[in-house]
Amino acid sequence: MQVSNSQSNTYNDSVIRQFSIMAVVWGVVGMLVGVIIAAQLVWPELNLGLPWTSFGRLRPLHTNAVIFAFGGSTLFATSYYVVQRTCHTTLFLPSLAKFTFWGWQLVIVAAAISLPLGFTQGKEYAELEWPIDLLIAVVWVSYAIVFFGTIGTRKVKHIYVANWFFGAFILTVALLHIVNSAAMPASMMKSYSAYAGVQDAMVQWWYGHNAVGFFLTAGFLGIMYYFVPKQADRPVYSYSLSIVHFWALIFTYMWAGPHHLHYTALPDWTQSLGMAFSLILLAPSWGGMINGMMTLSGAWHKLRTDPILRFMIVSLSFYGMSTFEGPMMAIKTVNSLSHYTDWTVGHVHSGALGWVGLVSMGAIYYMIPRLFGQKQMHSIKAIELHFWLATVGIVLYIAALWISGVMEGLMWRAINTDGTLTYTFVESVKAKQPYYIIRMLGGLLYLSGMTIMLWNVIKTATSGKAATATIPPVAAHA
Amino acid sequence: MSDFTSSFWPIFITVISLAGVFGCALLLWVTSKIKASSPNGDNTNGHVWDENLREMNNPLPRWWVWMFIITIVFSLFYFLAYPALGGYTGKLGWSQVGQYEQEMAAANAKVAPIYAKFAAMPIEELATNKEAQAIGERLFMNNCALCHGSDAHGSKGFPNLTDNDWIHGGSAEKINETITNGRIGMMPPMAAAVGNEEDVKNVANYVLSLSSSKHDTARAALGKEKFAACAACHGADGTGNQAVGALNLSDNIWLHGAGEEAIIKRINLGVTNQMPAQSTKFSPEQIHVLTAYVWSLSNNASQQ
Repeated sequence: MQVSNSQSNTYNDSVIRQFSIMAVVWGVVGMLVGVIIAAQLVWPELNLGLPWTSFGRLRPLHTNAVIFAFGGSTLFATSYYVVQRTCHTTLFLPSLAKFTFWGWQLVIVAAAISLPLGFTQGKEYAELEWPIDLLIAVVWVSYAIVFFGTIGTRKVKHIYVANWFFGAFILTVALLHIVNSAAMPASMMKSYSAYAGVQDAMVQWWYGHNAVGFFLTAGFLGIMYYFVPKQADRPVYSYSLSIVHFWALIFTYMWAGPHHLHYTALPDWTQSLGMAFSLILLAPSWGGMINGMMTLSGAWHKLRTDPILRFMIVSLSFYGMSTFEGPMMAIKTVNSLSHYTDWTVGHVHSGALGWVGLVSMGAIYYMIPRLFGQKQMHSIKAIELHFWLATVGIVLYIAALWISGVMEGLMWRAINTDGTLTYTFVESVKAKQPYYIIRMLGGLLYLSGMTIMLWNVIKTATSGKAATATIPPVAAHA
Repeated sequence: MSDFTSSFWPIFITVISLAGVFGCALLLWVTSKIKASSPNGDNTNGHVWDENLREMNNPLPRWWVWMFIITIVFSLFYFLAYPALGGYTGKLGWSQVGQYEQEMAAANAKVAPIYAKFAAMPIEELATNKEAQAIGERLFMNNCALCHGSDAHGSKGFPNLTDNDWIHGGSAEKINETITNGRIGMMPPMAAAVGNEEDVKNVANYVLSLSSSKHDTARAALGKEKFAACAACHGADGTGNQAVGALNLSDNIWLHGAGEEAIIKRINLGVTNQMPAQSTKFSPEQIHVLTAYVWSLSNNASQQ
């Protein structure tokens, strides 16, 4: 292994180029699988009667591909990009950084093979079997060494706010993954959880909720804190707000998991704590949205001409909306209607498509021309088109699932005077079909935008060549 | 994993829960007290990264601080009212089990009179009573149709309830018994008792011959003798025995699949089939109405 090149006067961008390109590729793949399973919900015949292509196996393939392949690759790319530039130094242990790329791609390929074959631990967002879990742990620890090593060798005194969020995300995901995946292997591709009964459920949703909180929120707030002020060329709105909302966010998220288990075998006191802390979480979440949005004050006119900035700001609006919706759904009274319905699926997608997706796309559009020595993306018009396809797609998607979710929730609880249910389950399924068609169309629009992005990225990359960026001198008061 | 039975844990969780909520308030208070300095006089804190990344000294938005405080105060009141802090059960005495029992008791009291008036009616009368039939159908659709199908025609492993082919008996009493207590149908693997692989195949053909289904007559003749092992439950003529839930093999109705291959599989592997008891979900009066509906499916002349 080669020793960290701390004397280098250029940034190590090759691993970032790899991760950025693969993020877009996996984005297209993951969203395509999403559209396929959305179509299966409308036309079950599309299961093809085969176990490998059935909804139950493709659904975890979709979630793993978009979260860990698309989202994960984006996080690796952006965090490596940001940590070098805000520490004014090159990546610590470049060969280990290279290993994180190939290791992570191996995890993704292993997931893409094992999930359709039916290997699963049966834990949502933690389906992968134990040998793959071990590989994830090794890659993640390597990632932590590279990231924190780079912070440790920084040339500036203060650690930039984006790095706090990336750091919290990397540490917490390591903890979550190791604790929740603890299992006793029974064979090469079969294991049993170390926990039993409701404790297993609680560990799983402590993991599940914080996978959202740290993988899909803290990490992407790190992206927001670098790319929004950069693209807007404005200072971050409030330093003190970033301090409060950072500490409050990473503390409070840890407690919110029980709201996934309202009205279950989980003890009452645990449910109450989960609900209360979910409500407290509203303000810390909105702190990030305010800090991002208000960074634009004095530069709002840029939204008219800059589609990349528009991706970022609309993403923050969706972030604000879904972090309001989340605490509301955590209230027991609301949850008794929304739980187990499409409303939950819609909520997740307003966060995933709206917040995580759009801010990732904005950041990748920012990085790609710079990584390949180009002034700008191959086609600005195509970015513009992508933006509108994605936005309309999200609106169709979440509006359809709001309606179908509330509708089925109301149908399930409707009772006749004789005490029987007014609707059979299958009637509620049938009533949802039109909304499932709209949802699939929304997903199709979102996917088509992503495909245009892939074309645009390939065009930009092939017409440029790998660029070497020189580390600029440290500013006097950094 | 052991359960947390020590009395230390409720205290532990109470302390860190309250410390967490008050910690949020403290964080807010301390941060709002920080005096921002701006060495460059440009309302930023003077730090610069990557050439132009800076942070401004703008204070916390006031409405946001109030929103934060309101959620904190709400949580403290919520902890007081509901079970949240260790073993403390809350001022309102609420529990989810308590709420469930209360709602169920109220609902049961409300619907009891509706079912009470049917309780004294015999099944035959209920089967022609429009109101009782409508209620019975609703009970069936939400509880029985999941396995037996919306049309009650069943599917592989789930009996058809409309064909008058009863496994455990089709009288009102027997149907009621089946719904109330559930049923377990069990046929042991019989290959060893029947003989070798050839014998199994011969017996399968004999079984097929009982209902005049497509079969090999030579094999059926050879299998007849070996069928003695099956006759103990299914009867010498293969017409089954409702007392032990042994299927009628002569009526060309095949619960676990038709044809030689399916029958060989059952002889070799046996089968266990279970219908769950419904007595925990319904009152006897409700089961009475449901029984009438199921009985009517194969007995109502008007429906045939």
